[in-house]
Amino acid sequence: MNDVLLNIKNLKTSFRIKDDYYAAVDDVSLTVRKNEVLAIVGESGSGKSAFAFSIMGLHTRAKIEGDIDYKGINLVKASTSQMRKLRGKDMGMIFQDALSALNPLMVVGDQIDEAIFLHNPKSSKSLRKKQVINLLNQVGIPRPEKTYHQYPHELSGGMRQRIVIAMAISNQPELLIADEPTTALDVTIQSQILDLIKELKDTINAGIILITHDLGVVAEMADRVAVMYAGQIVEIADVYTLMENPQHPYTRSLLNSIPTLNDVKEELHVIQGVVPSLQKLPRTGCRFAARIPWIEESSHEASPELHEISPGHFVRCTCYKDFYFPEQAEEERNYVAN
Amino acid sequence: MWKLILRRTLITIPQIILLSVLVFILAQAMPGDALTGLIDPNIDPATIEAMRERLGLNNPWYVQYIDWIKGVLQGDFGQSFRFKMPVSELIGERMINTLWLSLATLILTYLIAIPLGIISGRFNDTWLDRAITGYTYIGFAAPLFIFALVMLFVFGFQLGWFPTSGSVTPGTEPGTFAYFLSKLNHLLLPALSMALITTVSTVQYLRSEIIDTKQKDFIVTARAKGNSETRVYNRHILRNSLLPIAAFFGYEITGLIGGTIFIENIFGYPGMGELFLSSISLRDYSVMTALVLLFGLAAIIGALLSDIILSLVDPRIRIK
Repeated sequence: MNDVLLNIKNLKTSFRIKDDYYAAVDDVSLTVRKNEVLAIVGESGSGKSAFAFSIMGLHTRAKIEGDIDYKGINLVKASTSQMRKLRGKDMGMIFQDALSALNPLMVVGDQIDEAIFLHNPKSSKSLRKKQVINLLNQVGIPRPEKTYHQYPHELSGGMRQRIVIAMAISNQPELLIADEPTTALDVTIQSQILDLIKELKDTINAGIILITHDLGVVAEMADRVAVMYAGQIVEIADVYTLMENPQHPYTRSLLNSIPTLNDVKEELHVIQGVVPSLQKLPRTGCRFAARIPWIEESSHEASPELHEISPGHFVRCTCYKDFYFPEQAEEERNYVAN
Repeated sequence: MWKLILRRTLITIPQIILLSVLVFILAQAMPGDALTGLIDPNIDPATIEAMRERLGLNNPWYVQYIDWIKGVLQGDFGQSFRFKMPVSELIGERMINTLWLSLATLILTYLIAIPLGIISGRFNDTWLDRAITGYTYIGFAAPLFIFALVMLFVFGFQLGWFPTSGSVTPGTEPGTFAYFLSKLNHLLLPALSMALITTVSTVQYLRSEIIDTKQKDFIVTARAKGNSETRVYNRHILRNSLLPIAAFFGYEITGLIGGTIFIENIFGYPGMGELFLSSISLRDYSVMTALVLLFGLAAIIGALLSDIILSLVDPRIRIK
């Protein structure tokens, strides 16, 4: 497999709470290929962002174990100066909340300029300015010359997100990590930003890790999808398989929670409970079991593993075989009774 | 930008007028007047009454206020009863001494606060940070007048490194280098004593600003761009953390006023603060009102400076 860009093996990111370490990302193995969009989906608190930050080495107080192989460099063990050269050059990151992700006291042009300067310290200021203007054009800023000298608070939400994107792609990265790039935006701007990312994907040929909890975004953007729950990957498949033939109870519940217009149900499907906190999460057995209590305990594996049920389609635990939605079962019972 | 400064400056005019009215009314409200107790009790009360009438002391307060403010605007604060000389002349000398002392204190305050705040904020929760915050707690707890006395005792009397009173060695020729050195030598110990205590709030402020800023999202962005840790601190964290400190500068001036009153008395430094306390104890009303007015003016100007500085350094409140 020559087109593998990033090969992550048994990644485990733990945070210290009081005296113990708790894993927020627990034994995740993944590959990201060149020119593909890999979406990572899950509820808040499932470890998506912790995973992204681990790749970039942006955690300041976390214990990271495992291997992240990027072009022969193990990012987990790389030195700070090695990581510094990769960050912003080979790996760009798009952040969720563009307003807080930009320095409020610097004009946006200078912030993009800094990203270029750090990796080309010998380039001239005027050349960099041209590059910045080009980038601003590329991300669809209407008056780049004027915008260059504006502060983040003077721009609209969509414009700010474009600035963050321009910053992330300023050195033509090979890997782009987008951490919920559209969550803070309203729907019309969301689709503009998604179109922009798609467009850029074709021009810069980067592998993209798209972190989101919006399955609509996944359907529109992703090539492959990894579903994450409580720090683990519970299902991974290409986007068509996952949308058409989801297997893991968590994936099915997520998809079932999307309201549709032609649905006669009055209530939305809600997944019971919440993602357990790091300290309260049981580390043995199926982690999703607590949220589907109507499923027999014997359906779960003692130590759930990823099973390849068809080429490229992995599902964790065996509970998917016996899973059903209680309201559907009830409907069926009513149907039979009548 | 200029509009904001102009508008902000115009606001100070009603503030200053209100201040002058308040100062005047308070002085009026005090029992007695310039003639009480000043004149031999054997003088006929009718004569005193005639004198009051002649000096305008029986006029309604607003007439007296207008008379007074007319003088103030021309720099005439009246006569000091104690020194028998014009108040403006008396204060003029002292004001220069106090200005030098305040300036030295301000410089020392920032020379101490900025490095300590940066170290403490950047390496928070290390032993170094604990040592620095420990110092700030002592600084908060120690009253300035006690601390200043200890400093005076140790460095002035025991070690004899600094002169213990005055603002210049008598007999030195003004304008010479020796005169300048002597001035500096006299104000160093009081300035240092005050700075060591007043700086602690700035140290704490800067520390918490840095700790706050380094957890902001744009710092993660800066790291994700490939900034080195040093550059992250110098270019991103420091500037954003110094902003409120810069804005605090004007209020620092207000704080200095209270400080100089203590310090000048303890070190026998002939400044406005020393004059203020002695005027109160000797009921030298005209000097007192003039000083209260000047202190109030300094506070108003301090607040004005703070707002102007903040608008200069923070683009978010600039008005186009």
